[in-house]
Amino acid sequence: MNLAIRDVKYRFGRFLLTAFGLGLLLATVMAMGGIYRGMVEDALSIVRAPGADLWVVQKDTNGPFAETSRIPDDLYRVVRAVPGVREASPIAFQSVQLDYGSRSVRVQMIGYRPGNLGAPPAVAAGRPLAASRYEMVLDRKAGIPIGARLPMGRVTFTVVGLTEGIVSSSGDSTAYVSLQDAQELQFLKANEAVRNERARLQAGLGANPALASLSAASLAPILQNTNLANAILVRLEPWAEPNAVAKRMERWNHYRAMTTAEQEDVLAKNVIERARQQILLFRIILLSVSTVIIALIIYTMTMEKTRDIATLKIIGAPNVKIGSLILQEALALGLLGYGFGAVLINLVYEYFPRRVAILAFDQYVLFGIVVAICVLASIVGIRRALSIDPTTAMGGGA
Amino acid sequence: MPAVVGEKLSKIFGQGDGQVVALKDADVAVEAGEIVALMGPSGSGKTTLLRALSLIDPPTTGYVAIGNDVVFEGARVLTDDRQLRRKRMGIIFQAYNLIPFLTSVENIALVLTLNGISRREAMARANKLLSRLELGHRAETYPATLSGGEQQRVAVARAVINDPAVILADEPTAALDTERGKAVMDLLRQLGRVQGAAVIVVTHDERMIEGFDRVYHMTDGRITNH
Repeated sequence: MNLAIRDVKYRFGRFLLTAFGLGLLLATVMAMGGIYRGMVEDALSIVRAPGADLWVVQKDTNGPFAETSRIPDDLYRVVRAVPGVREASPIAFQSVQLDYGSRSVRVQMIGYRPGNLGAPPAVAAGRPLAASRYEMVLDRKAGIPIGARLPMGRVTFTVVGLTEGIVSSSGDSTAYVSLQDAQELQFLKANEAVRNERARLQAGLGANPALASLSAASLAPILQNTNLANAILVRLEPWAEPNAVAKRMERWNHYRAMTTAEQEDVLAKNVIERARQQILLFRIILLSVSTVIIALIIYTMTMEKTRDIATLKIIGAPNVKIGSLILQEALALGLLGYGFGAVLINLVYEYFPRRVAILAFDQYVLFGIVVAICVLASIVGIRRALSIDPTTAMGGGA
Repeated sequence: MPAVVGEKLSKIFGQGDGQVVALKDADVAVEAGEIVALMGPSGSGKTTLLRALSLIDPPTTGYVAIGNDVVFEGARVLTDDRQLRRKRMGIIFQAYNLIPFLTSVENIALVLTLNGISRREAMARANKLLSRLELGHRAETYPATLSGGEQQRVAVARAVINDPAVILADEPTAALDTERGKAVMDLLRQLGRVQGAAVIVVTHDERMIEGFDRVYHMTDGRITNH
C-alpha cells in the first residue's frame, strides 16, 4: 500500500496548490536561465549574422561593439587583395532612436553595402535592401510594419523588410540601412556644428598670413569626411586559415584583424559579462531559495504527520516505509512543481520584452537539480520523522 | 504458558533529584484468551506498563516475554520492537489514532501489508472483518467522517486483523459515551476470546469492569492486587 499516493490523494487540493506555488518559483528560475541564455544569444547574434570570418577594426581597439572603431571605408579594397580573402566590405554600427507614431524605439543601425557582406542572413517578411538609399530592413521585434516611413535626421526611411531574432547585445532590434545612409547619419555633422567648425577654421586661416586668402566655406567640404566605417567584414576562402590572415593584416600599422571567435569573446567577456554574472548569481540565489522552500514544505508536511508517523511506528511500520512516504511526497511535489513551472514558462516566454532562450539542455539540468533538491529536502523530513517518539501517539497517562 | 509475561518491571524517568519512578517491580502475566483490566488512578503507571510490555517505551529494568520469546531482559531489548508489534501485537489507542489519509478498510489492511501480505488479499480480509463488525458500508470512508464509536471499532479491527498474540488497549472507551464504550469493550472481549489473544485493557472506568477475567490495580507505579 503506497502511503504517499494515499496522502497526496487525501490532501490533493492543498498539495496541488503547494506544487503550483513551487511551480511559479521554478518558472522564475527557468525564466532567469532563459534570460541568461537569451542575453548571450542576443549578444552573439549580431556578430554571427553577417557570417564574416574576420573583422578589421581600428588598431588598439576591440571595436566595433566593445569600443569605438573608425576606419576608412575604402580599406576594403586593400583587404580584398590579401591572399585568402574572398570578400570584404565595410560596415557601420550606430545606436539610434526611431520615432514611430507616438512611440520611440531604440535600434542598432547597421549600414552595409547592399549585395555585399553585412546583409541580414534572412529576411522573414518583405524584401532585402534593393535601392542604395533611404530603405530600411528592421527586426520584427521593433514592432514597426513594412511600408512605415521613418524620418531620421535629414533623411526619411521606408521599411521594406523584416528580420527575426537579430538584436544587439542590449536586446535592441536591428535596423539595416545602406552604408551611405548610415555614414550620413553617423558622420555628417549638423548645421550648427558645421558653422562652428567653419568659424574656427576661418579664425585659424586669418591668423596665418600664408593662408589668409583662403575661405573656410570653400575648404570645409574637403575637410568633412563621411567615408568612414566601423569595421571591414572579411569572408575568407575555404582553404584560408583565419588566424594566419589576421596576423598578416595586423602587420599594417593602423588596423587590427579579429576573428569572429575573438569578437564573440570580446562581447561575451567585456560587454555582457557583468550582466551575465549578475543573472547567474541571481539564478543561484533563486535555486537556494527554492531549496530552502522545498525543505520547509517537506518539513512542515512531516510535522503535520507527527502523530500519524508515531502511530505507524507503534503498529510496526519499518523506517523504510516511513522514509519512502516522505521521499515520494517530496519528489512528487518537486516534479509536479517542475511540470507547472515548465508549462508556464513555455507558455509565456515569448511575451518577455527581451529574448528568453529556453533550451532543452537547461531544462534537463534544472530537472536534475530539482530532483536533487527534493532528495536533500526529504532527508531533513526523514530525519525529523525518524526522531519522532512513538509515545506521541499514545495518551499522556502514566 | 502465559501469552505475555512482565516481571519486576521498573521504569525511571529523569536522573538525580528530578528522578521519577513510574513503575516499581510490576509483575504481569496474562494467558492466551484471557482478558484483564489494568485499573488505577491517573498517574498510577497503567499506560507506562502498557508501553513497557509493548516495548514502545521499554522498561528501565525487568523481564518481558511474549509466548516463548524473551524480548526484554535486564535493561536490554532483545528483539526488533517494531517487528514484534507488527507481527504479534495489536494496539488500541484512547484517541483511535487511525491514519487520516487512509479509508477505514485501508487503515485495517495496512497492518497486513506491513506484514508482507498482498494488497488485494489484505483489502479482502479487511473488508470481511469490517462486514463482521457491521461497518461494511463505511469501508471507503475516511476517519474524519466516522463517529467516535465507528472510529474505535475500526481501530479494534486494525488491532485484531493480524491475529495477534497480545492485544493492548489504552483507555479505549475514554472518549466514548457509556453505551458506545460498552459496545467497543464487548467487541474487544469477543474478538479476544475468539482469537485466543491475551488482552490487557487500561481503564479507570469502573462501569467497564464487567466481563474481565481479572483486574490489576495499580497505585504509584506498583501493582497492588489482582
